[in-house]
Amino acid sequence: MAEFEPKIVAFVCNWCTYAGADLTGTSRIKYASNVRIIRFPCTGRIDYMLLLKSFDEGADGIIVSGCHPNDCHYTSGNFHARRRWIMFRSLCDFIGIDTERIKFSWVSAAEGAKWADIVNSTVASIRAKGPYTDYKKVAKYPEKEVNHG
Amino acid sequence: MSKIGVFVCHCGENISSTVDCEKVAATVGKYDGVAFSVDYKYMCSDPGQSIIKNAIAEKGLTGVVVAACSPRMHEPTFRKVCAEAGLNPYMCEMANLREHCSWVHEKGEATTEKAIDLVRILVEKVKYNQSLNSIKVPVTKTALVIGGGIAGIQASLDIANTGHKVILIEKDPSIGGHMSQLSETFPTLDCSQCILTPRMVEVAQHPNITLYTYAELESLEGFIGNFKAKIRKKSKSLDEKLCTGCGLCTTKCPTKKIPSEFNEGLGNRTAIYVPFPQAVPNKPVIDRIHCTYYTKGKCKICEKVCPTGAIRFDQEDQIVEVEVGAIVVATGFAVKRPDFFPEYGYGKYADVITGLQFERLASASGPTLGEIRRPSDGKIPEKIVFLACAGSRDPAKGIPYCSKICCMYIAKHAMLYQHKVHSGKSYVFYMDIRAGGKMYEEFVRRAIEDDGVNYIRGRVSKIYEKNGKLIVSGVDTLLNAMPVEIEADMVVLATAGVANEGAEELAQKLHISYDPYKFFAEAHPKLKPVETNTGGIFLAGSCQAPRDIPESVAMASGAAVKVAGLFSQDELTREPIIAVVNRQAAPVYSSCVGCFLCVSACPYQAIEKEEIKNRTGDLIKSIAKVNPGLCQGCGTCVAFCRTKSIDIQGYTHEQMYSEVMALLNEY
Repeated sequence: MAEFEPKIVAFVCNWCTYAGADLTGTSRIKYASNVRIIRFPCTGRIDYMLLLKSFDEGADGIIVSGCHPNDCHYTSGNFHARRRWIMFRSLCDFIGIDTERIKFSWVSAAEGAKWADIVNSTVASIRAKGPYTDYKKVAKYPEKEVNHG
Repeated sequence: MSKIGVFVCHCGENISSTVDCEKVAATVGKYDGVAFSVDYKYMCSDPGQSIIKNAIAEKGLTGVVVAACSPRMHEPTFRKVCAEAGLNPYMCEMANLREHCSWVHEKGEATTEKAIDLVRILVEKVKYNQSLNSIKVPVTKTALVIGGGIAGIQASLDIANTGHKVILIEKDPSIGGHMSQLSETFPTLDCSQCILTPRMVEVAQHPNITLYTYAELESLEGFIGNFKAKIRKKSKSLDEKLCTGCGLCTTKCPTKKIPSEFNEGLGNRTAIYVPFPQAVPNKPVIDRIHCTYYTKGKCKICEKVCPTGAIRFDQEDQIVEVEVGAIVVATGFAVKRPDFFPEYGYGKYADVITGLQFERLASASGPTLGEIRRPSDGKIPEKIVFLACAGSRDPAKGIPYCSKICCMYIAKHAMLYQHKVHSGKSYVFYMDIRAGGKMYEEFVRRAIEDDGVNYIRGRVSKIYEKNGKLIVSGVDTLLNAMPVEIEADMVVLATAGVANEGAEELAQKLHISYDPYKFFAEAHPKLKPVETNTGGIFLAGSCQAPRDIPESVAMASGAAVKVAGLFSQDELTREPIIAVVNRQAAPVYSSCVGCFLCVSACPYQAIEKEEIKNRTGDLIKSIAKVNPGLCQGCGTCVAFCRTKSIDIQGYTHEQMYSEVMALLNEY
């Protein structure tokens, strides 16, 4: 059987991590192709229900990444994201969601190499963990209806 | 039903060499709502843009996804194309196939699969895009220039000469910066002061320039065209209106043994001082750390001798608030203190000095009045060694970059030394000679061929003292790494140029990015060298990277043109990426319940309370309302809102959830 290729979603801010990932490209640093980036204006915009939705839709791992503390383009969005993450993490722990599948990090616009490292290490750790089928046991939804889109 | 057009760009071979662009276009073309899909070699070129325009017109497209480079590169280009074809520009999105896919993955199935996924999520997003209109904001036609070195001076004069007001702030008591410390300048050997000081005077006298020296940026709010800056004017302990600059106080001050910053510690200054004779403004400040009155409680000699009674011991820092439309950051660089080279003995041996100290020795206004005399005993050195790359290009020391100016100033130093000490011998240890620039290589050749400077390609491992000589021990790599020892009288280290202390703090105040070395980051390394990622804030000079004088001046003029361009408009258009609170029909009016958590979350105080009243004026409901002029579109309020009543245009709940669902659902 082929090696398990995890599906990973990255929620990143426009100003630091998105630009950092652009720099990874400009610097031609190669990394694992499992991650799909979704661009937000700021990590402060990220509604953590989106993380649960991602797991629900079949994501095996998630990266949330924004500007370093104090470097937020909007002054304080990353601090809100961090606080929210701390709360959200304990909630996840409580209800039995595997928080090791969510990588929270800071990648600045100048850290192209760091972005590649984070993607590679996250892919490796999620690959070791295997597909996140247990999520369905935690979240018991009624039968899903039609697909949107 | 959406009619979306997908335009897949090959970017020459940048994308198509690892991504199968035809397959991407073909696969995406089959998705629901995609009415047209095509791939093309250069989508941003004129024919590429025509493909998009024609498709919009012929197919009646309601949305466009351009799968090409980063939206940070070409989103404005393609939005403009859509607008020209009659489609609302905010119905256009870009999938980043180049920076986030083709450049970072090897050719193969997985890379093409990823490309298809990236396009699909944007196709799903664009289905929920709404037509938006740009926001108009006024422009305050005054510029703030931070830093009064040559870059800040040039930018200030250029902006002021276009007829706009400039506020120039400088942290030191005088403008002039590092350039005022230099002796002669390469490659012309012009006297630095002679070309700089007239400019300094021009700044002081220009009717459009307000100069605040001994002042720093305290805080900054606002956005392009509409910044509010607080400037801290540090107390000079002086009433500048009364002071005539006669200088009597500085001659009578009893505290005379303070190392002069201007002379890089090679001379002394008093506690009340003017940094150098040509200073602008030529009025003193009291250094409160060293002044006897402030440290011991008595003295006040300066107050007694001042003929105009201008000394103010009780003066406090003043905060000045100004409104500006654009900012030029020209805060310059610092020289790495060479203490971190214990092997070179800086600090241990008085005659091991930095390049900037050598400038002071060679300068006619310096402590030796331009004679090259060594600091330890004032003797003229008969043998002098210059060390290039003291810190630069040394990853082990944390500075992998080239400081760029050193090769040239070392050649200049050696040349100046040879001109002043005819019997002297000079040696340069170098890794490479980097003399790219007009007349630069010729200048270095002149030093070697005409002035007889001995260039030795190799590194120095150690400097130590023996019989009153500094033994410079290194190798000559052009002679098969043969060990070389030179008994020198003086050694000059070309220490690395580094970011200023406090550069990071300033970047955070300005909300601009910086690189790992704390130099400020330009918006694009090639095409936007003076812009930052924050609209209305520009860079000039060596705060961005080590720069020589011509480059700093060119950058400053470039930044000034950008500012002038901004000020040529009466209104700016801003992207309508802002938060909005939903409104519904009576009797609900809005799903907002008026908890106002968003008000406390907003970093811009952009959310206010709105009272909804009936015809008789009775209050029905209080809800949140976003001031579109203040909102910057971070979306922090959106994540806070418990009732999902506030949303951000361009990144709505519908858009973001549809992206997540499109990405993971098997099609």
